[in-house]
Amino acid sequence: MSGVPRLEVIGIRKQFPGVLALDGVSLRVAPGEVLAVVGENGAGKSTLMKIIAGLYQPDAGEIRLDGRSVRLPTPAAAMAAGISLIHQELNLAENLSVRDNVFLGREMTRGGWLRWLDGAAMRRQAALLLQQVGLTPDRLFWRVEHLSPGEKQLVEIARALSLQVRVLIMDEPTSSLSHKETERLYEVIAAVRRAGVSVLYISHRLAEVQRCADRVVVLRDGRLAGELCGTQITHDNMVRLMVGRDLKQYYPRQHRSGRGGPVVLRLEQFRYQGGPDQPASLEVRAGEVLGMAGLVGAGRTELAEAVFGVRPWRDGQVWLDHRPLRIRHPRQAIAAGMVLVPEDRRRHGLVLDASVGFNLSLPNLRLLSRWYGISRRQERRWQQHWIERLRIRTPSPEQLVALLSGGNQQKVVYGKWLAGRPRVLILDEPTRGVDVGAKAEIYALIDELAGQGAAIWMITSDMEELLGMADRVVVMHEGRIVGELDREHLSEEAVMHLATGGRTPPAGDRHPATLPRWRPDGQADAAG
Amino acid sequence: MSRILGVLGLLTVLYAALILSNPSAGRLDNLMDVANIQGRYGLITIGAALVIIVGGIDLSIGSVCGCAAVLFGVLMERGVPPAAAVALTLAFGLTVGLINGLLITQLRLQSFLVTLCGMFIYRGVARLLAGTVSRTRAVEQHPEFVESLQQLRYLLIGKDATGELLFPAQFFLLLVTAVLVGFVLHRTAYGRYWYAIGYNDQAARYAGVAVERHRVIVYVLCSLLAAAAGVLLLLDMPSVQSDSGGLGLELYAILGAVLGGCSLRGGEGTAPGMVLGAMVLPVLENLVSFRGLKSDVIPAVIGLTLLVGTMLDEWIRRRTHPRG
Repeated sequence: MSGVPRLEVIGIRKQFPGVLALDGVSLRVAPGEVLAVVGENGAGKSTLMKIIAGLYQPDAGEIRLDGRSVRLPTPAAAMAAGISLIHQELNLAENLSVRDNVFLGREMTRGGWLRWLDGAAMRRQAALLLQQVGLTPDRLFWRVEHLSPGEKQLVEIARALSLQVRVLIMDEPTSSLSHKETERLYEVIAAVRRAGVSVLYISHRLAEVQRCADRVVVLRDGRLAGELCGTQITHDNMVRLMVGRDLKQYYPRQHRSGRGGPVVLRLEQFRYQGGPDQPASLEVRAGEVLGMAGLVGAGRTELAEAVFGVRPWRDGQVWLDHRPLRIRHPRQAIAAGMVLVPEDRRRHGLVLDASVGFNLSLPNLRLLSRWYGISRRQERRWQQHWIERLRIRTPSPEQLVALLSGGNQQKVVYGKWLAGRPRVLILDEPTRGVDVGAKAEIYALIDELAGQGAAIWMITSDMEELLGMADRVVVMHEGRIVGELDREHLSEEAVMHLATGGRTPPAGDRHPATLPRWRPDGQADAAG
Repeated sequence: MSRILGVLGLLTVLYAALILSNPSAGRLDNLMDVANIQGRYGLITIGAALVIIVGGIDLSIGSVCGCAAVLFGVLMERGVPPAAAVALTLAFGLTVGLINGLLITQLRLQSFLVTLCGMFIYRGVARLLAGTVSRTRAVEQHPEFVESLQQLRYLLIGKDATGELLFPAQFFLLLVTAVLVGFVLHRTAYGRYWYAIGYNDQAARYAGVAVERHRVIVYVLCSLLAAAAGVLLLLDMPSVQSDSGGLGLELYAILGAVLGGCSLRGGEGTAPGMVLGAMVLPVLENLVSFRGLKSDVIPAVIGLTLLVGTMLDEWIRRRTHPRG
């Protein structure tokens, strides 16, 4: 790299109680360069970005901007220096208009101390900014809450541009964006870098990194694990540096396509209130991982939630082990042996403000209760057992679950269900926000559970995960199950074709009309 | 644990100040008097605290307490034997809790609004029932109740026929209740569910907790305890006025719960904390009266002390949970 780097970070160290989050990390970004920072959860990426954005103070180290050493005691100081962080959870005032958000805290005013808002000037400038990020001017006076996640992101970028941004930090910018919105984001990134803005891009999605980064630095356990440029930026190289080992057995699944045991869960013309009019039929066999693909918004999560009893039932039938079930509340689903690992771990999967042990125990308290109540000692021993069994990395069961990494939080969600020996596991995005190492462990666990005869219904938007883990795949599109693919016909193209509403499935696909018919003895007839 | 230390410190200071303020303040009979009031406050504090733990609020406690006291008196004046009148009054509390709970869980109304309406409604009901109720009048009309009423009074209040306090029965009642509630809260699945609901009711639901049912149970317990406090009020006092009996008690109860470590965001609080939190206010009132201050200053002193208490509590909380 020639010339003075736009941003240079030298020997940053940050200690949190109990963890050394960053241990002497250095990196530099040239003007107009896109530098991706990757690493497992807990590797220190977010901490580093927060230090650069002035949210945290480093214990040691230096930050230089255009060659000059700077101190960034507050986010305001960082912003004044031209550093903007666009956080995964967007920081917009939902109830204000797009224009007001762009200028929030720095409103243009007239009339001296009277601070009259100069609406016209703000509108003119905001319109210009929106144009730069590819938002139509008619959005100017929309309330932010009415925008799509992608548009909100663009508003954040417009806000950063209005601050004369020199370094734009994007933390998982695409996590809630649709495919189209992601494309638009890439265009905006390309535009801002042409203007000389340096971009720090943090993402779990390595395919995206591959696409838009000039250079990649990999963090592992708070240290720099390596750096890749140009053609070196490959998926395998990044994963190797992230986990520090080759992932030979990343997907442990021994596929048993077309076989599997008897049908465990069966939906027959199932509909739920607020759901699509088209009923859904589906079956999951013992020992099978049924993958469910579809675009975001295809209604997969909603269907799973309805089956689990979170959404109210309308008509149709659910059979579990040949017994008809009428589930009105998750309690009944759980009692019948069906559990859900929900998509939104932080809202639905865990009681985030409580301890690891509390969360593990919560659905198993009946098991832990004696006539004299819950024995703390016995409970703790039980919790310890599951922590070890799932290799949850936590100092103790008393640790707050919010303080664990995403991967370990997800393991707690699995842990709380396993004690009940479920017959059916509905896994909704089973490894979302989970680092590579924990992912491999979760895949091994899913494989093990299937091996023990559990029926697994896995909803995923991660194509690799789908191809690597599923024995059979059903695809949803606009609330309907539009097709089924067995192992032999499973390919990324075939899934995308169905998921995007392709009318004629590629040869060999089976349509729901030709699904194997189900007989009361639980054996599929010859068609299956 | 640290949250209890804060209120424990506050109590120690208050008791020390009380005992030093006047030689007679430290005498056993005065301390027993205080304990008796603490017992009654404690019962409603526990009710309020449970509701706060599941992430709600109950503003109807004071009115329910007053209404229960009036109902208890009116029933006896109409010839219902004291024991049966107690049972009926408690049934009234149970019904109120059930109504609150069902409105909040089934119609998904906000607890603040539902119980705010309840606060006005039950105060109004009390005033419709009677202007004033008194034990003497009940006994005058039904002399046959003298003995059973006195037994009840001895058992629940600890006062003999002359009105002298022999032992702080209400405080013992509080301790027994606190032990029971503490067992449920800290040693049974019910308590765990309540904490989980308060922290994150969605996650609790996804974990199979019958969130609505448990919320209703807690509102029922709260109103039941408020009605019990109403019974105690009339047994303790010679008479209760329908427009002032139990007035403002809901706020005392909520303050006691918060001092005792409950977070208004829900999910936090312990049974020992509730007892300690409820003990603060009566000591404070007693202290103010022994300092010879005009009773007009009582509200201001209470407000200030509680403000200091909550600041202290918050300070301790931040030190122990830097991220919280």
